[in-house]
Amino acid sequence: METKKAIISIKDLVKKYDDFVAVHGLSFEVFENEIFGLLGPNGAGKTTTLEIIETLRAKTSGEIIVDGFSVDQHPQNIKQIIGVQLQAAGYYPNLNLIELIELFAGLYGANIKPMEMLEKVNLQDKAKAKYKALSGGQKQRFSIATTLINQPKIIFLDEPTTGLDPQARRNLWDLITEIRDAGTTVVITTHYMDEAEQLCDRVAFVERGQIIALDTPDNLIDKLVNSGFERKKEVKKANLEDVFINLTGQEWRE
Amino acid sequence: MQKDIHEKNSNSFSGAGGYNNLTATLALAKASFRSIMRSPSAVVFTLAFPLIFILVFGFLGGGGTHIDVGVTPGSDVNNPVMGMLEKTGMIRLVKDKSKTEFAKLLEKGNVDAMIDVHRKVNSAAYSVNVVYTSASRDKGGILKSVLNNIFYDKTLKPNVAEIKESTITGREYKTIDFILPGQLGFSLLSTGVFGTAFVFLSLRQTLVIKRFFATPVRRSSIVIGEGIARIGFALIGALFIILIGHFFFGFTLVNGALTVVNMLVLATLGIIVFMGFGFIISGIAKSESMVPPISNIVTLPQFLLSGTFFSIEAFPGWLQPISRALPLTYLNDAMRKVAFEGLGLWDVKFQIMILLLWGIGIYAVAVKVFKWE
Repeated sequence: METKKAIISIKDLVKKYDDFVAVHGLSFEVFENEIFGLLGPNGAGKTTTLEIIETLRAKTSGEIIVDGFSVDQHPQNIKQIIGVQLQAAGYYPNLNLIELIELFAGLYGANIKPMEMLEKVNLQDKAKAKYKALSGGQKQRFSIATTLINQPKIIFLDEPTTGLDPQARRNLWDLITEIRDAGTTVVITTHYMDEAEQLCDRVAFVERGQIIALDTPDNLIDKLVNSGFERKKEVKKANLEDVFINLTGQEWRE
Repeated sequence: MQKDIHEKNSNSFSGAGGYNNLTATLALAKASFRSIMRSPSAVVFTLAFPLIFILVFGFLGGGGTHIDVGVTPGSDVNNPVMGMLEKTGMIRLVKDKSKTEFAKLLEKGNVDAMIDVHRKVNSAAYSVNVVYTSASRDKGGILKSVLNNIFYDKTLKPNVAEIKESTITGREYKTIDFILPGQLGFSLLSTGVFGTAFVFLSLRQTLVIKRFFATPVRRSSIVIGEGIARIGFALIGALFIILIGHFFFGFTLVNGALTVVNMLVLATLGIIVFMGFGFIISGIAKSESMVPPISNIVTLPQFLLSGTFFSIEAFPGWLQPISRALPLTYLNDAMRKVAFEGLGLWDVKFQIMILLLWGIGIYAVAVKVFKWE
């Protein structure tokens, strides 16, 4: 692990809103070409931390370097090399997917073919559809397509699978894994531990604005087991989601 | 060294990697224009409403009121009084009916009055007998004042030459010449205020702007791109209204195409000023449902008091200073002067200056209250 190069490094990040301290001295590094998970309950400071790294929010103190650029001095350079999917963000009204991609291409100054972007996330059939008319899974895949327009080094996904059915969720995992395999670093937040376990190379647990654990999912589980933890119920070889997928089929319906 | 390059790039206009703000601005303008064209409310406010008003007033033609005046059988017809009544354009003389027929019509109010003119014995003067009907008091009143006007000058010395002198032949000022510039101003006002307020509020609330901020785009590009689209849309609307008015309702364009260009220049200035109201409203409105009431506070008084439908001279004295404080008053005024009197832009510099002052004031407030998130 020591040989890996950090693409994001955060030192003593603090964010205060008036009296409320949302982020309380966070420090961690994200390595190049990994899927990094930020896990934690609602209000733990995950989204705030992401938005500060994404240059969307000012920090109170601390130091953040993204691919050699400091958020204080070179926010514009950072914007050029990151792709951002916001929790619950909408898109420009009355435009279809192709037109939205064209808009983002203009905003990034990227020279891309909109249809190819849609093909990447398997939405070519919906090219003329409006964003509002898409299903939950399609909306998330479209959001991810907009993060890839500028061929970013890092993409940030804030709870991309919340509200999706099991098939759509697995489909999105495959997409995210493909993006990582193509050389992009992925930072993701989620409430689903099974998702983090399957998808993330490393995860950080955030609680009350602080990191309380950071490691690979395997190591974290091993540590807990070694400390003498036992599940109350014997684990079976499959869980209910496996049953669901098995009964309703792998392939994803819109 | 590496750091130096980045330093320079982030401060330079084009940013790192040759980022082009113009491309971003135009992409936004294109997206916004597409969106506006597909938004029913934008099309309704900018085109449909003004055109409906123009249609209604266009067909009303000469200004509405007509008074039917029966000419008593046996009355002198070749006298100046009758001629002058007909020339007002408001009074239709009804002839060739019997006394009993007229009596019935008068009773029902189908004719509004009867008139009987006779030359006085041993005099050049005429005596005029008018019978009004209680079935049509309003119109009787109008006729009375029309007659008074005529008699005030003329009856005492009914000289034919004198009467001819009083009829001036000028360029006909049609209802459309008054109504159309007013409707154009109203169209620009509602597009500027409602459109801008709704768009920026909804872009902010649906986090579209936040997503934009995650791209290298500048804030100024967002505002300018949006502005280009709205100005473009408003000008297309204005051109449409002017052309329909000209070709279907005879709207006067004294200097033809040049007049149209001058009107579009004024329209651009107007829409920019009015968009400032929209920016302010998008900043102070907490939700979309708050946009219409606040916008109406801005648009309705101007709609009613800025000479959109009636000349502000028709308002009571205490109301006129309010009218003369509103920006739409000056836009309407300038539009009418340019279109009907054929004045150039320099001749309406006073109106333009007042609009510019409004613009400076509005944008000074907008900068303070506008919210990005």
